[in-house]
Amino acid sequence: MPEKVIVIGGGPAGYTAALYTARARLEPLCLEGLQYGGQLMTTTEVENYPGFPQGIQGPELMEQMRAQAERFGARYRSRDVTRVELSEVAERPHRLWVDDEEYESWTVIIATGAAPRKLGLESESRLWGHGVSSCATCDGAFFRDQVVAVVGGGDSAMEEALFLTRFATKVYVIHRRDELRASKIMQERARAHPKIEFIWSHVVVEVLGEKKVSGLRLRSTKDEGAERTLEVGGLFLAIGHVPNTRLFEGQLPMDEHGYLVPVRGTSMGRPGVFAGGDCVDRIYRQAVTAAGMGCMAAIDAERYLESRNL
Amino acid sequence: MLTLDDQSFETEVLQSEQPVVVDFTATWCGPCRRLAPIIEELAQEYEGRVKIAKFDVDASPETPARYRIMAVPTIMFFKGGKEVDTVQGLVPKETLKKKIEGLLG
Repeated sequence: MPEKVIVIGGGPAGYTAALYTARARLEPLCLEGLQYGGQLMTTTEVENYPGFPQGIQGPELMEQMRAQAERFGARYRSRDVTRVELSEVAERPHRLWVDDEEYESWTVIIATGAAPRKLGLESESRLWGHGVSSCATCDGAFFRDQVVAVVGGGDSAMEEALFLTRFATKVYVIHRRDELRASKIMQERARAHPKIEFIWSHVVVEVLGEKKVSGLRLRSTKDEGAERTLEVGGLFLAIGHVPNTRLFEGQLPMDEHGYLVPVRGTSMGRPGVFAGGDCVDRIYRQAVTAAGMGCMAAIDAERYLESRNL
Repeated sequence: MLTLDDQSFETEVLQSEQPVVVDFTATWCGPCRRLAPIIEELAQEYEGRVKIAKFDVDASPETPARYRIMAVPTIMFFKGGKEVDTVQGLVPKETLKKKIEGLLG
């Protein structure tokens, strides 16, 4: 028998959708994926999730959300969905695969999130894990007493840079523009830190090093593209995200960056298919907004099932 | 489950009769926490055939430095005391299983 609800994804949106549909007694199956917990699993302190005046560790927040949905009957599979066949008619359930295991469901809530963007350089992939990383909290401690660089200008870049000051002697923040996108409070902290130095209006064009990172080749986005070399032992990427939506190519509406485009509310246009969180949202991308959208998708799914007497 | 450090690495890994899989891990790393239950399961499934152990890179920094480990989790596969394969980052259980089967074959 088909499931009533399958949630794809295991971040704030997915777990909130699982929580709401579980409390609606729909016994959701959450295909949370290998990367369950989502982007917050690679962060440290989360200070802007309401309800935690002292802050909470990202991984802990996710473990709590996961447990909360489980308490009401959500079931989990910690593997990645490999293929979907979303039905175009309400009478036929949607089909999903995890390798060769097949699942059927009347509704699907898509909350697959986004993954850190890479620079797309050959030298970057060659030295990935050998000094190039997108997770300061994972790999930062290997750079004790070294000089490192963070590329990016948003909150994640500031957070990574500040975290890295615990280990590194110096942290460069390389940003392609001459102003930051990060929130005021994060900017102030980073600018005030004696170990952090900003390199404005530059992009990384090559990661240098044979077996491990030894430096970066930078190019100015002004000054007719003047190049310079910067000696660093590590490079941390915080240049935004790409939505995890490849699974739905050709089946659901997307914009030119791959973000899903709902047709109304959280509905994706096919009967019983809803989406929320970072796979839909390229503007706000907060844990709390993702959770909110997961809740919306859950309520929409619940109403849809009710209207179809399922 | 067996936990290794700089002191025990030589005898438990390099002089081991059995193939050894070492999960270099850290308490502060989210992906490591997700990998941990997978490693535990594999340790049980292969008990008596393959030695599967974890290694805290914070408690013992020398061995990770010797193997040029700069990211966690890193999973290394040893046979006859020699490093035969390395996997970096959180990977599916099946991927690790295939590599372990390779060690046995």
